[in-house]
Amino acid sequence: MNGPLLKLDTCTIRFGGLTAVSNLDFHIQPNELVGLIGPNGAGKTTVFNLITGVYQPTEGRIEFAGQPISCMQPYQITGHGIARTFQNIRLFPSLTVFDNVRVAFHLHLLSGVSHAWWRGKAFAQEEKEISDQVIDLLRIFNLENHRHTHANNLPYGDQRRLEIVRALATRPKMLLLDEPAAGMNATEKVELMNLIQFVKDKFKISVLLVEHDMQVVMGICQRIAVLDYGIKIAEGPPDQIRSDPKVIEAYLGE
Amino acid sequence: MLHRPKTLLIFALALAFGASLLTPQLNPYHLDVILTIGINIVLAVSLNLLNGYTGQFSLGHAGFMAIGAYGSAAFSLFATPVLFPHANAWVTHACFFFALLLGGFIAAGAGIIVGAPSLRLKGDYLAIVTLGFGEIIRVIFRNVDSLGGALGLNGIPFYTNFFWVAFWVIITIYMVLALVHSSFGRGFLAVRDDEVAAEAMGINTTRYKIIAFVVSAFFAGIAGGLYGHLKSSIDPKGFDFMRSIEIVVMVILGGMANTRGVIVAAILLTILPEILRPIAEYRMVIYSLLLIILMLTRPQGLFSFRARPQPPNRA
Repeated sequence: MNGPLLKLDTCTIRFGGLTAVSNLDFHIQPNELVGLIGPNGAGKTTVFNLITGVYQPTEGRIEFAGQPISCMQPYQITGHGIARTFQNIRLFPSLTVFDNVRVAFHLHLLSGVSHAWWRGKAFAQEEKEISDQVIDLLRIFNLENHRHTHANNLPYGDQRRLEIVRALATRPKMLLLDEPAAGMNATEKVELMNLIQFVKDKFKISVLLVEHDMQVVMGICQRIAVLDYGIKIAEGPPDQIRSDPKVIEAYLGE
Repeated sequence: MLHRPKTLLIFALALAFGASLLTPQLNPYHLDVILTIGINIVLAVSLNLLNGYTGQFSLGHAGFMAIGAYGSAAFSLFATPVLFPHANAWVTHACFFFALLLGGFIAAGAGIIVGAPSLRLKGDYLAIVTLGFGEIIRVIFRNVDSLGGALGLNGIPFYTNFFWVAFWVIITIYMVLALVHSSFGRGFLAVRDDEVAAEAMGINTTRYKIIAFVVSAFFAGIAGGLYGHLKSSIDPKGFDFMRSIEIVVMVILGGMANTRGVIVAAILLTILPEILRPIAEYRMVIYSLLLIILMLTRPQGLFSFRARPQPPNRA
C-alpha cells in the first residue's frame, strides 16, 4: 500500500466554545511507531477519541487505509483495523483472562445467535479455532497461566499487558496506546518498551503512543508529535523534538 | 456446561414427556404448584439474560408476560374454535403450541420497541422506562374492551399441562445457556462489564442489547401464555408492577448471571408462600423477612460462590 495508513486532514473539534483540537494535520505510516505528547489538557486523548470514533471532528476528515472513517461508530472503526487501550484500564473485570481475549475475536466470528443455538459442526470448529488462537496469543505474552483468573484479580502490570493482548486479538493494522506506562516503576517501564517494540515487529502494525513518560517516548518512538492547546507545535524524530525551543518552553522545561 | 448440549436437550425433553405421563397420579394442588414453579423458572431465567448477563436492568417483565398471555389466550379463545371446530386432542395441542409461539413473538416485537430506548439509557433510568412500559401495557389491556377490559379474558381452555411447562422450561434454559456459553455470547457479558471497552473491541453493543431484549421478551411471552392457559382467566391486575418485582427478586436472589441459582430461587420463592399458607396473615411478613435475611447474608446471590465482581474503574 502506498501513502500513509492513517491520515488526519485539518481536523478541528469544538465543544461549545472550546476548541479542543485545531487544524491538526497528522499521519502515520504502515509499521511506524509514533508518539504523541503534550502537557495535560493539550488534547491528546481527544485526538485518540477522534480516531476511534468516540467523537466526530467538527471540521476536517480522517482517513484510514484510504477510507474516510470520521463518521463511523467506534465498533466499525475497530472493524477497519484500529484497536486501542485505555488510559485507565478498561478490561472486562468479571470475565476471565481467556474470555477477555475471546470477546475481542468477535469481529471475525462467522457464527451468531442461530449457530450458538444449533451448535452444529461449523460452530464447534470455530469455537475450537478461536480457543486455540486465544491460547496462542496468551502464550506469546506469558499470560497463559492466568487464563482462568478473573481480569480484576490480575496484578496491575498484567492487566496492562492483557489490555494490549485483547486489542491485538481484534487483528488491527494500527494500535493506539493511551498512557500505557502510567503507574509503572522503572523496571516495568523497560519491560513495556520492549513489549511495544515486540508487538510492532511481530504483528507488523503501526503504533500510536500517547505518553507522559519521556524515557519511554524518546526511547522507542521513530517520530514524535507535540500538542499544546490543541495545536501541533512540533513534529519530528526524538532528537529534534528534545532540542526544539517551542517544545522545551511548552512541555519539557529547561 | 456439558460437552454435548444438544444430546442433553433431547434427553431432557424425552424425560419431560415420560414424567408428564405420571402427572395424573398427582394431587391437583401439587400439580398446580409445580406448574407455577415451571412458569416462574421460564420468567426468571429469561429475565436473567437481560438483567444478569447483559446488565440491562429491566422492570418490565410482567409487561411482556401480559402481551404473551393476552396474545395466546385471544388466539385460543377466538381463532382456534373457528379454524378447527371439531378438533381432536392432537390438533388442539398443536394449536396451543402455535398460540404460545404467537404470544411469544408479539412480546418479542414489543421487546424491540422497549429495547430501543435502552440504547441511550443506563441503570436506574432504564429501570424506570421499562417500569413505565409495563404499566402502559397494563393500562392498555384494561381499556381494550374486546380483550375484556378490566375483567380480562375468562374461560381460557386449560391447555397448560406438565409436558408443555417442562418443555418450555428446558427450551428456555437451553437457549439462554447455549447463547451465553459461546464466543458470540460472551459479548453480552462484555456489554455488561464495560460498554465503552466492548465497543472498542468491535462489539456492536446496540445489537447485543436488542437481542437480549428480544429473546428475554419472547420467553416472558411464552410464560404468559402458559400462565393464562393454566389459570383459565387473566386480567390486567395480574401483570402489575409487583409481578415484575417478584421476577427481579428471583434473579437477584439466585445471583445475577447465575442460571442455576436463579432456577433454585424461582423454585424456593414459589414454594415458600405455599408452605407458609397455614400461618395465613403473617405469611407475607415472614416471606419479606426471609428475603431481607437472605439479602443480608448472601448479597451475591444464593448460589454464587464468588464475590460479586468489582464495578470497572470509571475515573
